[in-house]
Order: sequence, then structure tokens, then C-alpha cells
Amino acid sequence: MARFELLLPMILYLAVVYGLAVYSSRVVAKLKVGFVEEYFLGSRAMGGFVLAMTLVATYTSASSFVGGPGVAYNVGLGWVLLAMVQVPVAYFTLGVLGKKFAIVARKIKAVTVTDFLRARYESPAVVIIASLGVIIFLVAAMVAQFIGGARVFEAVTGFPYELGLIVFAVTVIIYTTVGGFRAVVLTDAVQGVVMIFGTAAILWGIIHFGGGMSSIVAQIKAVDPALLTPFGPNNAVAKPFVLSFWILVGFATVGLPYTAVRCMGYRDSRSMHQAIVIGTFVVGFLMLGMHLSGALSRAIDPNIKGADIVIPTITIKVLPPLLAGIFLAGPLAAIMSTIDSQLILASSAIVKDIYLNYVNPGAIGNLEGERKLRRLSFLTTAIIGIIVFAISFKPPSIIVWINLFALGGLESVFLWPIILGLYWKRANAPGALASMVVGLVSFLLLSNYVGRVWGMHVIVPSLLIALAAFIVVASLTPPPPQKNIRRIWE
Amino acid sequence: MVAQVKEDPRYGQARKEALCTIALAAANFIWWYAFAYGLGSRPVEEYTYVWGLPSWFFWSCVVGFLVFSFAAWIMVATCFKDIPLEGRQEDVSSKGTPGEGVV
Repeated sequence: MARFELLLPMILYLAVVYGLAVYSSRVVAKLKVGFVEEYFLGSRAMGGFVLAMTLVATYTSASSFVGGPGVAYNVGLGWVLLAMVQVPVAYFTLGVLGKKFAIVARKIKAVTVTDFLRARYESPAVVIIASLGVIIFLVAAMVAQFIGGARVFEAVTGFPYELGLIVFAVTVIIYTTVGGFRAVVLTDAVQGVVMIFGTAAILWGIIHFGGGMSSIVAQIKAVDPALLTPFGPNNAVAKPFVLSFWILVGFATVGLPYTAVRCMGYRDSRSMHQAIVIGTFVVGFLMLGMHLSGALSRAIDPNIKGADIVIPTITIKVLPPLLAGIFLAGPLAAIMSTIDSQLILASSAIVKDIYLNYVNPGAIGNLEGERKLRRLSFLTTAIIGIIVFAISFKPPSIIVWINLFALGGLESVFLWPIILGLYWKRANAPGALASMVVGLVSFLLLSNYVGRVWGMHVIVPSLLIALAAFIVVASLTPPPPQKNIRRIWE
Repeated sequence: MVAQVKEDPRYGQARKEALCTIALAAANFIWWYAFAYGLGSRPVEEYTYVWGLPSWFFWSCVVGFLVFSFAAWIMVATCFKDIPLEGRQEDVSSKGTPGEGVV
């Protein structure tokens, strides 16, 4: 059965998104030069609120709104504890890459993270691995997001999965293609606000419906007391595993290219300061609200099968249709705001990192070249979007893990080359290359053949191996050329 | 041998801010860990409850989130400085036409 009241908030919200796309595309169209910096980085004009929201919204994906709360439903408060390791993400990313990254990016006119790596290491191999890493992992991540979104749409509205996929995919692809980075971050800001309201609505709905927190907690205890412990039933949320999430979804997110690129796109110091404060609060609120909702849902209906449908099922049960519609817009917003950033980044990897560096370096600065670049950028964004959309029609089952696979892969490639490139003068190209290759290979091998290492997620050993490879190789090979160091440090 | 360079004077402040951030994250981890496993490791029958939630969860996740949101604000107000980000003096003017300001 299709429910039309549920769609009302979503239609309104899509209208706002399209409006922002039109506005952004006008800004893009007006520019005679500087197209690349605008389309892929919004001309470094993000203010504090927009920066905070785009950082949080990009980071908050299907797994935070659907997959994660579904797991919390099954294993209890321990999974909420795990989700809360993400509180530091906003201040940590902005603070550690910090103003140094923003200053360096301006000095070398970097528009992508790969630009930074290229200027710092001057190694085609590093640039190509970075670009391919971005494209491959982001396509996988985007597919997972599309699938998550369409699932929620189907479960809540009763419309078929394919319709959800089409509505979403078309929207994201259009606004990202025509509006570029500016449309991405502005819609992210709107999406962030929608997510906050959505989270507040569902949490309130569950507590209200369940007759207050004490009564809900008592009912959960009746189902299984272990759901109230940090460890979960049968130690499902084992301590070493939770601790390794401080690395996977906490500290190592500094190495995510779509997070790092935002750290070069803000307007000034004040924007960054505001974003740290706003971003930390918002990410904490969303993670706590959504995962706690998932865990508390066990008291509302203890017999839901399938992690991905917990939140949609509970939403329909506890919220009146109009509010449920607002909530439904929440995960959809989370998903779209993640896909759009990944899409524009994948497009920049092809246009900026590969085409402009190796195919047609002369395209910037002359009118003919810029026109060509503009066409190529629109086309690339649209084509990647369509490819992802096509793959999403044959969906695999659980979204959390696909998503985390891409996450860990990107981190093992990018984390050390960015951090050490920024703070260690001795970091050189062979070291960076060794770290990228060894990090990625060990992550993939360990994920596929070993699973957990001493109870930890494989990201921890992979990053340690990658760090060791970087330091050993860099120490055994000549230091980087003086001009590379000068370019960054002086 | 590593190249000798005259470092951009702004990097000192940037480094200080990065170190502040790491210290805050370390404190955040300790708070999270100490309350969760300190109060949560005993048998469920001995749990106490605050606002209906098990106390380990309340202190580690709910209060921890609020405390560190506030701490991030304090950190920015005390340790962080408003410094210009634009490039070296000689190429400040070469930036492309900026787009319209973002809200």
C-alpha cells in the first residue's frame, strides 16, 4: 500500500534541493575562469555552518541511519557505545589537518586531496593510485548508499524499490552534475537539518510510544539483560572490536578524501572554529539519537527480522504519517548527502587528477580549454552517477559491511600519505607509494582471509603495517627534493 | 639530510592547535572508556539507572557527548587563533574569480 502523506515532506524537501541546484549552477555559469576551483571546491567559500553540516552529512550515511541502528536493535546498548566513538570526528578531522592543510592547499592551489599528494610527492604513481582508489572505492560506497536509500523508501512508503532508486538517483545525479561542489555542500546543509529533525522525531516517538525510558529499559531487560551491557548478548560487541572502531570510524577518517577535501574548502579561520563546535554537537546528536532509537526499538517490537528494516518498521509504528514522512526524509537525506560528495569527488579524480594532469594540462586559463573542461566535468559527473545507478539494480544484502569495506580501503590508502606529507619533512615519494600499496593490499587480504586480528577490526593492523612501510622505505631512500619541501613549508 | 627551510610562521600556531585537538581526543577516549567499562562491567542486576538508562551508558554516551561538545567549544575559544589562510604574499591576487559567498 502506498502512503501519500508520507511523501509530502519528501516532495517539499526535494523541491528545496532542486532550488539549490539551480542557484549553484548559476554561480558556475557566471564564472569565466576558475571553473575547476568552483565546480570541485566551491571557490573555497564555505562558512562555518555549511562546513559543519557538509562534514557531518557526508560522513553520516546509510549505515548511521539504517544499518547501524538495526545492529543496535539486535545487540543492544553496546552498539550505541560503539557508535559514540564518532563524537570526535568533526573536531579531530578539522583540528588535525587543521589550518596547515588549508594554508598549504591555498599555496599550491590544490582542489583535490590528490593535488596535495602530487605537489608534495611529485610521483605519477602516487597520483594514479590515489585517483583509482577514489574511483573504485567510491563507486562501491555509492552503490551501497543507493541500495540503502531505496530500501528505506520501499519499506516506509510501500512503493517499489526501483521507484525509490530512480527518484533518488535522478535527483542526486542532476543536482551534483549541474551545481558541482557548491550544490553539494548547500544541499548537505539542508540535509543535515533534515537529519536532525528526523532523529529528534524518531527518538521522541519511540520514548513516547514505549511509555517512557524506564519502562522501555525494563522491557529490554525482560527480552535479554545482556542488551543493557556494553558487551551485548554472547559478547557480540567485544571490547577489542569496539576499541578498533576508534580507529576505523574515528581517527582514521582524517584520511577519507571526501572529508579531507572539506578541510581545504573553508573560507577562513572563523568558519573552521564554528564548524568544530557545530559539527561535534551535530554528529554526536545524530549518532546517539539514531543508534539509541535502534536499541530502544527492541522494546517496541522484539520480533523484527532483518537489520535494515528495523528503523523503517518502527517509524511507521510509532509516528503519525506526516512525522514519519519527515523522518523518512532523514535517512534519504543522509544517503543523498553522502553520495553527492562521493560523486563530485570521483568526478574530480577523473577530470582534475587524471585529465588535467596527464591528458590536457593546458586546458586551464584559456577560454577554449575552460569550455571544454566544463563540458567534460558535467559529462563525467553524470556518467559516473549513471553507472552507479545501473549497478544498484542488483543489490546485495547487508549495507553496513560493504560501506565499511570502502571506508577502510580509502583510509589505508590515504591516511599516512596525507598526515606524514603534512607533518613530516622526511616523507618522500617511495615511502608514500609503499604505504599506499602495502596498506591497501594488507587491508584487502586481511579482510578476506583473516577477519578479525586479535579481536580487532583489520583496519588497525593494516594501518600499522602501512605506517611501518612508509617509515622504513622513506628512511632507506633519499629525502624528498628540497623544492617540494619549500613549496609546502615556506 | 632534510632540506633546511624557513618555515611559514603560521605553522607554529597550526601545530599547537593540532596538538590541542589530539589531547582533547585522548581525554574523550578516556572518559568514554572509563565510564562504559568502569560502570558497565558488573552484573546487570547490580546496575544503577539515571533517567531510566543504565548509569554506564548515561555517563559514557549521553553526558560524554555533551561534555565533549562543550569542551570542543572551550578548545576553540582558548587554544585556536584567527589567522589568515591565504597563500604567500606575492600570489594573493592570483586567486580565480571567487564565487558568491555561501550563506
